Amino acid sequence: MDPLDLSLSQTADALREGALSSRSLTETYARRAEKLDPILHAFLQLEVENALREAAAADERWAVSRKSGNAPGALNGIPIAVKDVLCVRGFRCTAGSRILEGFQPPYTATPVDRLQKSGALILGKTNTDEFAMGSSTENSAYGPTHNPWDVTRVPGGSSGGSAAAVAARMIPAALGSDTGGSIRQPAAYCGVVGLKPSYGRVSRYGLVAFGSSLDCVGTLTRTVEDAAFLLEIMAGYDECDSTSMPSPVPAYRKALLDGPDLRGVRIGIPKEYFLPGIQPDVDRLVREAFGKLQSLGAQLQEISLPSTEFALPVYYLIAPAEASANLARYDGVRFGVRREGDGLWETYNQTRGKGFGSEVKRRIMLGTYALSAGYYDAYYGQAQKVRTLIKAEFEKAFQEVDVIASPVTPATAFRLGEKVDDPLSMYMEDLLTLPASLAGIPGLSVPCGRDSIGLPVGLQLCGPFLGEEKILKVGWAFQQVTRWHLEAPNL
Amino acid sequence: MEWEPVVGLEVHAELRTQSKMFCGCAVVDCTVAEPNTHTCPVCLGMPGSLPVINRRAVDLGLRVALALGCRVAPVSVFARKNYFYPDLPKGYQISQYELPLAAEGVLKILPGEQTRVIRIRRVHLEEDTGKLFHEEKPARSLVDLNRAGVPLLEIVSEPDMHSVEEVKAYATTLRRLLQYLEVNSGDMEKGVIRFEANISLRPKGATELGTRVEIKNLNSFRALTRSMEYEVERQAARLSEGQAIRQETLGWDENAGRTYSQRSKEEAHDYRYFPEPDLPPLEVSPQWLEQIRRTVPELPDALCDRLVSQFGLGRYDAEVLVAERSTAEYFQRAVKTSGAPGRTVAAWLTGDLFGLLNTRNLTLEGRGGEPVLPAEEFGALIRMVSEGRINGPTGKSLLVEMIDTGKTAEVLVSEGSLGQITDEDTLRSAVRKTLVENPGQVASFRGGKTSVIQWLLGQVMKTTGGRANPQTVRKMLEEELARGSKE
Repeated sequence: MDPLDLSLSQTADALREGALSSRSLTETYARRAEKLDPILHAFLQLEVENALREAAAADERWAVSRKSGNAPGALNGIPIAVKDVLCVRGFRCTAGSRILEGFQPPYTATPVDRLQKSGALILGKTNTDEFAMGSSTENSAYGPTHNPWDVTRVPGGSSGGSAAAVAARMIPAALGSDTGGSIRQPAAYCGVVGLKPSYGRVSRYGLVAFGSSLDCVGTLTRTVEDAAFLLEIMAGYDECDSTSMPSPVPAYRKALLDGPDLRGVRIGIPKEYFLPGIQPDVDRLVREAFGKLQSLGAQLQEISLPSTEFALPVYYLIAPAEASANLARYDGVRFGVRREGDGLWETYNQTRGKGFGSEVKRRIMLGTYALSAGYYDAYYGQAQKVRTLIKAEFEKAFQEVDVIASPVTPATAFRLGEKVDDPLSMYMEDLLTLPASLAGIPGLSVPCGRDSIGLPVGLQLCGPFLGEEKILKVGWAFQQVTRWHLEAPNL
Repeated sequence: MEWEPVVGLEVHAELRTQSKMFCGCAVVDCTVAEPNTHTCPVCLGMPGSLPVINRRAVDLGLRVALALGCRVAPVSVFARKNYFYPDLPKGYQISQYELPLAAEGVLKILPGEQTRVIRIRRVHLEEDTGKLFHEEKPARSLVDLNRAGVPLLEIVSEPDMHSVEEVKAYATTLRRLLQYLEVNSGDMEKGVIRFEANISLRPKGATELGTRVEIKNLNSFRALTRSMEYEVERQAARLSEGQAIRQETLGWDENAGRTYSQRSKEEAHDYRYFPEPDLPPLEVSPQWLEQIRRTVPELPDALCDRLVSQFGLGRYDAEVLVAERSTAEYFQRAVKTSGAPGRTVAAWLTGDLFGLLNTRNLTLEGRGGEPVLPAEEFGALIRMVSEGRINGPTGKSLLVEMIDTGKTAEVLVSEGSLGQITDEDTLRSAVRKTLVENPGQVASFRGGKTSVIQWLLGQVMKTTGGRANPQTVRKMLEEELARGSKE
């Protein structure tokens, strides 16, 4: 048995049954990660020795539990990777930025902490666009990540490191963050499953903030079942995050065991999500996926979300506005890199001027402008109103359908460098993922085929607020009758 | 032309909570605590940290809002106030902006004879900043973030004040109120209350407002009133010369006794307020408000009225007693144990005890929480006097000893036999001796000048070391003098 072929859930089973040791599992993944990372640059930090030590301890726990009968945590001994915007004690947290070079947070983000308590061990931190601002991972101050399916192409972003690592089987699963599509879009580009839960379903404590009202912690996995598995452990109220939801956490994984039966499930296809410029392969493969869902019993119906076109401008006002405040703390006074200048203001200028990359500066300026006296009402205030409208449109749609299905992106992965000088075209990559972010609803990206040159295409499934079960059920059913998630790039 | 000052005050009061506004760090006395020892990822603004509202701070804020008669918002919203400064870890202060905790209250003040009502515009919650220390050699600035995140209540008045007296009365009345509500220590030296004054002038009788300046960071009543006096004079001089007032933010130089410009209107910060996305709107239910209402104690005005009506005190004495909540409580406890009329106890307290404490540089609360003289012991002393066990002068000298030795009156009396002479024979012989030694006075008494008896009484008191009961002595004197005339 090659552990690399196992999903996270299968790996957990193998460990429990004693068919696999955590030590050998971790070693296998670590060696592969070490081997491939020079090509892909998915990781910003790999802590192999530490992971192996933890794996040995996990094996010890398994041994003890077999005698005592007390099962250890569900993830005991499973290595995972964490996007470098989540703080983990013992690891650096750079958020892909020079300004946080070498920063060692003295605390662990709540979702990571919950996985660790369940026995998971952290193999490393994955690459990200600086402060999660980007759609290609090219904005990382530490160099871009490459798409495992075609290393001349981007993995998407900003969770490109996590998506590439999972796709290249350097890790069974990884955490990402999604503010406007940063989990779903790289998942689609890399042919893995990306889950952005509802806003507040998973605590943001310890997640380096970008757009606080949009930021969500989620997963990149090979299967939908794995996403459900991890979500079940991470989700739930956290007293350290006042915006986390107190609603009870359903047994997401258990809900999948009903079988791939979608009878009675109403799936809405928003016509606005099929833009004129959509790549024909993407259009075709996504529509084929709809057909599969229909064959499983789902009822398809076209719906309309007329405010979709406003999602982009609304997002690029709200997210940068919040970011402009969130990034004010990087002033070189208490942590991170300080570049001394002549006096306080020059020190600020040097520290921030040299510490931030150009995309981050662009967004800070956008956001600062949107919040300025005299412009607030016209920009930020107006954007919030339209956001409410977008949210209401989804609520209305979900009175008629259970799940909304669409492409994740209008096209497959583009070439490295292709869009770096064209921020607007880069922003367009998020067109189909932004609405769900603004509405705070869950979104799932599931691989649904490969285009004519072999690049993965993603199917997006969005559900009502806190309706993760619904999209997981549909996504899982789809994976029961397709094999895209079992394919791996040739590396 | 005669100019009328128009003043509005912003008061920043630290709330006496155990922990900070948005994290679990202890609120400590920042004038003594080792710098940066009461901080955590949240109040240091570290990446990924998130604020959580301290419910206790909201409780205290609501208590103040209710005491000021404010309309409490069922939903208020925290907002980010953005600016860069090293004492502000996140680069923004979490405050409240468009939707404050409460609004539209009033504070009654007594600047002179006449009560004035100052309208309160708003009351909102926010977090304090850290403190900067600037050093000369080497030239550097250090920051202490122990204070960063301490809960602050900002109380903003309408521009309803027109004189230094009113401003002073407003500030002291508000401070007293905060102390009564037990939300703030009132300890001005520790910087727990800070003021910002908005001042403009207009021709007397005019209704339009003139151009205002804002004086920031006034940390004492003295700075508040002096800066206002200075500013009123400066603006009056300019206006009288036909010059305009520049809208600007001023600082106050305590040593030079003058204001100085910090920022002009053009340089004013754009704080780019927007709702704090990390905190849900703060909802205050009617039940919560009702629960807080029950914790609002008797307020100074009501207490003053009650002291007048219940204890028959004069308005002035009552005002003196309610200046501090602890004094009024002390008074009431002392009355209870003394069994004496309130007026008597008030006289002992404001006349004798306060004087003694003053000369010794002490306060009623004493030091380190240990009262100099517990109210019950003070009351017991007054009871001894009112029951005639000791006379007044003895009581007063006992009071001195009680303060200086910490012993109770009972103990002092038993130790030094300071008690009144109750033995009738001893007293009568003292009376007789006095009469014999003062034949002239006795003669003038008999001649009809009965007031002489008061002088004779004094003589007896003197010879008995003040330990005689004056009533008994007077009675004996009358008896002896009457007997003498019959003989």
